[in-house]
Amino acid sequence: MLKKTSPGDLYLSIQDLWKAFGEFLALRDISLDINEGEFICFLGPSGCGKTTLLRAIAGLDLQTKGTVMQDGKDVSNLPPSERDFGIVFQSYALFPNLTIEKNIAFGLENTGRSKSEIAVRVAELLNLVGLPDQGSKYPAQLSGGQQQRIALARAIATNPGLLLLDEPLSALDAKVRVHLRHEIKELQRKLGVTTVMVTHDQEEALAMADRIVVMNHGVIEQVGTPTEIYRHPSNLFVADFIGAMNQLPAVAGDAETLELGGSILKCEPHSLQKGNRIVAAVRPEDIIPHGEGARSPDAPDVITTPENAFEVLITEMEFLGSFWRCRLSHQIFGAKELIGDFSINAVRRLGLEAGGQMMIELPRNRLMAFTPAEEG
Amino acid sequence: MTDTTSLPAGPLIKGKLSRDDLIMRGGMMVIALYLVVTLAFPLWAMLSKSFSTYRIELSQYEFQVSDDNGVFSGTILNGTQLNTETGAYTDQELSTGSDGRLSVTPFFPDFSFRSPVMYKIRNTVPDGRFLIGSNLQKGTDWVELDSNTFRRVQLRPIKATGVENFANYFSTPALFNSVKNSIWIAIVSTIITVTLAFWFAYALNRSCMRFTGMFRLVAMAPILVPSLLPGIALVYLFGNQGMLKELLFGASIYGPIGIVIGSVFFTFPHAFLIISTALAISDARLYEAASSLRSTPWRTFWTVTIPGARYGLISAAFVVFNLVITDFGLPKVIGGQFNVLAVDIYKQVIGQQNFEMGAVVSVVLVVPAILAFAIDRLVQSKQVALLSARSVPYRPKPHPKTDRIMLIYCSMVALFIVGMLAVCQFAALIKFWPYDLSLSLNNYQFDKMDGGGWGSYFNSIKMALLTAVIGTSIIFFGAYLVEKSNGFKTGRALFQMFAMLPMAIPGMVLGLAYIFFFNNPSNPLNAIYGTMAILVICSVTHFYTVSHLTAVTALKQMDTEFESVSASLKQPTMKLFARVTVPVCLPAILDISIYLFVNAMTTVSAVVFLYSPKTTLASIAVLNMDDAGDIAPAAAMGMMIFYTNAAARILHLIASKGILSRTQAWRSR
Repeated sequence: MLKKTSPGDLYLSIQDLWKAFGEFLALRDISLDINEGEFICFLGPSGCGKTTLLRAIAGLDLQTKGTVMQDGKDVSNLPPSERDFGIVFQSYALFPNLTIEKNIAFGLENTGRSKSEIAVRVAELLNLVGLPDQGSKYPAQLSGGQQQRIALARAIATNPGLLLLDEPLSALDAKVRVHLRHEIKELQRKLGVTTVMVTHDQEEALAMADRIVVMNHGVIEQVGTPTEIYRHPSNLFVADFIGAMNQLPAVAGDAETLELGGSILKCEPHSLQKGNRIVAAVRPEDIIPHGEGARSPDAPDVITTPENAFEVLITEMEFLGSFWRCRLSHQIFGAKELIGDFSINAVRRLGLEAGGQMMIELPRNRLMAFTPAEEG
Repeated sequence: MTDTTSLPAGPLIKGKLSRDDLIMRGGMMVIALYLVVTLAFPLWAMLSKSFSTYRIELSQYEFQVSDDNGVFSGTILNGTQLNTETGAYTDQELSTGSDGRLSVTPFFPDFSFRSPVMYKIRNTVPDGRFLIGSNLQKGTDWVELDSNTFRRVQLRPIKATGVENFANYFSTPALFNSVKNSIWIAIVSTIITVTLAFWFAYALNRSCMRFTGMFRLVAMAPILVPSLLPGIALVYLFGNQGMLKELLFGASIYGPIGIVIGSVFFTFPHAFLIISTALAISDARLYEAASSLRSTPWRTFWTVTIPGARYGLISAAFVVFNLVITDFGLPKVIGGQFNVLAVDIYKQVIGQQNFEMGAVVSVVLVVPAILAFAIDRLVQSKQVALLSARSVPYRPKPHPKTDRIMLIYCSMVALFIVGMLAVCQFAALIKFWPYDLSLSLNNYQFDKMDGGGWGSYFNSIKMALLTAVIGTSIIFFGAYLVEKSNGFKTGRALFQMFAMLPMAIPGMVLGLAYIFFFNNPSNPLNAIYGTMAILVICSVTHFYTVSHLTAVTALKQMDTEFESVSASLKQPTMKLFARVTVPVCLPAILDISIYLFVNAMTTVSAVVFLYSPKTTLASIAVLNMDDAGDIAPAAAMGMMIFYTNAAARILHLIASKGILSRTQAWRSR
């Protein structure tokens, strides 16, 4: 395929896209730009519309309204066969009665390629996905992971400008999944093909995507790089959906503070109205454990340094292999407990144990303020 | 921020159809059109026929009579008035069929065809009609005729629409009795068949008795013969010169007893299959739970086994009921004076040429058939929901005493089935029952009998082969289109409905509807009337539903994304269909074709109205030879059908195995 664009240029542009199933709105006013060569993940809980959006891009289920521009061309109303994409499904959808070679060659036939050209291309693709000598087998004779690689090879055989992956790893074992996601990412980088993957697995999205599109209830909640999404979630849904997040009811202070159970804490800058009810949020792994020694010797009751620090009670400790998960309580949390993940090192160094006291710090650049969910 | 709670105004995206979409929709339209022409139109023709009444309207004719010199006085006599004065015709005689004719001379008591008196006749309304000889007279002009010509004048009826035919039907006890008879026979046969089939299936699925494979085979044998064959066997066993006549203690086999026994024979495999499936899916965990709660076997049977199989039992009951009430061949052969609906249709149409009344009986027969069909569909949809992926199949444990009782029971049922077939075969080989018991092949000289001879046998094979090939292609392709095409929801739902309809239409009704529709001279498709084509079309339509459901079930097991993948690879859907869908569904396709072949070989009801002297069929020959008293040749021909179908099944089995091992290598790991 001859492309007009080069890496980094705008390749796929979705504007004001709506999808209605009867009364139900599956996609609501979606606009999104995807650049050439990017790896994009649609991430969200089931029913959020991510697969619907993918199928609209493919033309498999047309959107009700809105435009899809691909490579500078309006493809909004084109059937799948007139668009330029390869697709891999969760079920692999390999043709069971055709050998692996025939499966991969399926899209290469009737394209003006000679038989020998096709054979060469098939061998090349089998090499690319690391299954060079499996060509004469039938799909049922391969493992799930191998089948998915064949499905991938079949999808990229014709060098499509866009690769669509619909939960490609969901049907696989955890170990195979981790291994294969690395391979897919590698392959995508090597080929430089613009890729959109749908997943409900945040770890997968964080590991693979250049940018993640977080969706919920048919709308895009946030678009950003994995670190942006993780570090600076734009709302409580994203904060809660990606990774673990402690949530405590609080009141907004001025632009860089919030009030938690009567204490004023420094936090990430926010634009919330002072005095409003808000949610203070911090990730378990961002809580910094301090030993007793961090307490100021001059005034033992008041903790001056570090800022945002207080003494908590460890109510419970759970060993999770690579770290300890601790439940921490303090009067300013109210009835809620804070969850803190501490390294094994820290636990040993500070001598932490259930029922004991410890000092923690909620770092100001990791403590976030969000509008509560009901209003969002 | 924009409002995201409701769809904004403005035009919606209208998808551009790809070439594949167009091909698939076009294909679907063609097959839908086929169903409309071969099913909806004929049924409509039949329905309107049942509401067509024909009556000779005397008030629409006027007459003048001259004196002996041929001079007319000018006195005009009205038909109604004449009839009142002379009392020539009763009111009932004026209600007639489409072929009704009425002579006018009885209106004139002095009439003599030698007299010099002249007569004038005319219609008072423009659409009035009468015949002079064979010339139709329309219009309101006076026609002057001498007395010799006047006696050849016949009045013709006027067509109207009304419920009189139905009123007539329900007020004629001889006809109306059949409704009662049919329902009575169907209920009794259903109870007996379902009970027998249940215990048979229970023995095969839930006991450790031996020879289950053989019993399964025997149980399916009746499917391979026309439904009238057990009737012939019963005539030999219990008829006037029957071998075991004394066992009936004077009761006659010709009538309800014969119909019920024969119905049990030919519906047994259907009931057995359904119940066997229901028993096979029962969950072993329930039995473990029952035995751990120390339930007695009897209690377990009523609280676990029966509820688990209840949908199968209900479904089997309605299927059997439907088969019996719509069957024509068996009551025709063994019914004697006992009238049932399906035979009434035949008698009205073939015997009395009263097509309107035949249509009325058909409509009456469709009602219980559709009801039974609808309930069965409802029940079957629930049966599916009962299956759970976690169910553990039940494995029976040996239980010598029960196993022996089961074996004895199954042997008796098998003996009944095999016995009926053996009697027919035996009868076919006897020279002249009961006087000359030496063996001969004389009864196979079909060419010396009524019914079309060996030609009809080969016609049947040709017809069955054509039905299998054409039917399988149309039905499977139609099922594929309706299952796998995009969008077009209303069209697809409509198609599904049409595909389900044939099952609810009894064969007799379909055949009669075909007469009304295709035998109409103004129908451009009239040319196929009396040809092999109409027999094939009728059979394909008659057996459409089961084949369609088989195809749909197979297609539903295919990955729904194959079409998406193929489209993304820019390959035509028809290539996918040929390269993947057909090969993967080959077992189902072979099943459909053998189903169509066997049914086309044995069907009587649908085609009995449609064959012509050139297209006589083996199953019809059985009927006609039996009708003519050639019962032994009828049995011989019936057994030929059996052997042909058995051979076809064996061939099918070999072919399936051969093709499967070659093309389905992918199934094995």
